[in-house]
Amino acid sequence: MIYIKIFWSFFQIGLFSFGGGYASMPLIQNQIVDLHGWLSMKEFADVITVSQMTPGPIAINSATFVGLRVAGVLGAVVATAGCILPSCIIIMILSTLYYRYRGLSMIQGILKGLRPAVIALVLSAGLSLCQASFGLERQDLLRFHSIDYASIVIFTFALIGLRRYKANPIFIMLLSGLVGMLVFS
Amino acid sequence: MRENLKFYATLFWSTFYISLFTFGGGYVIVPLLRKRFVDRYHWIDEEEMIDLIAIAQASPGPLAVNVAILVGYRLKGVVGSIVTILATILPPFFILSIISTIYSSFIKNTYINGMLKGMQAGVAAVILSVVLDMVKEGKEERNNTFYIVLVAAFLASFLFQINVAFIIIGAAFTGGINEYQKKRKRSGKRL
Repeated sequence: MIYIKIFWSFFQIGLFSFGGGYASMPLIQNQIVDLHGWLSMKEFADVITVSQMTPGPIAINSATFVGLRVAGVLGAVVATAGCILPSCIIIMILSTLYYRYRGLSMIQGILKGLRPAVIALVLSAGLSLCQASFGLERQDLLRFHSIDYASIVIFTFALIGLRRYKANPIFIMLLSGLVGMLVFS
Repeated sequence: MRENLKFYATLFWSTFYISLFTFGGGYVIVPLLRKRFVDRYHWIDEEEMIDLIAIAQASPGPLAVNVAILVGYRLKGVVGSIVTILATILPPFFILSIISTIYSSFIKNTYINGMLKGMQAGVAAVILSVVLDMVKEGKEERNNTFYIVLVAAFLASFLFQINVAFIIIGAAFTGGINEYQKKRKRSGKRL
């Protein structure tokens, strides 16, 4: 049955996609393009493009897209459910363990090691986004693609708004989008 | 009962709203979560938020979904997590359903592209700003290990592009070893 196939396929994607975002792309491609042929490579690339342009994780977006394409709305629901079920189970176990044992000194030690790593990962994500936004992805050692000054200006004002005036992050994002619409199109 | 329903509604809409704005990868939920769940409603505290993000990172699946499950589960058990899961997946679900029908005109639209380009710069600022907040918070109890792990994890992720799951495991291991050594030192002194 198609629903079981879709469910199982996205269950595996959900179970093995550690590290999120782009780390899970090869896995998704393997399941839906190579193994089952539900999407062509071109369509898969389109899903990635749309994922970058819309809110929501790539895995969930592909689940919705593939599910709709192959088996209608019910297919999309089944695919999405399959995709998040492994996380649900694993997370509820980890979360229970966390709240039960977080008082233990060993767990305290482990959490102390994790906290700086989380900060580092968020920093890394922010800087990667800056690179992409400013056109600073390097071609070779000295040449950059083309530096996007308008984005740098938007970024600077956004940062000032957030730090100095404690503006709401959503407001900053919407405003940046509006300015981008005026400047870039 | 009434109070409960009201709480679930607040939980649902807060999560829905956060999900609606998770552009540019899952990490943008960190500042949004902090603003709503920590600063506004005081449902969780700063340290707990960072721990929950670490747990979400250590588990498979998208970060935004994992964090939603964790927060829902923490606040209202299984029912809470069902509420937050629905609130997280509904926005991309509807948006993608609509876009899949108007796909080609959507990706070619210059206004949408301009808006996204501007938003990308804004999101970068939002994410870096929360890093500053997190670094400022709880400075007193930090030691050298904190900064070593911070720098090492950053280099591993940004420069060497090592999978996040390995970085998390490495950091947990470092923290565990560190604690073990401290314990041995302490019991050594007692003898």
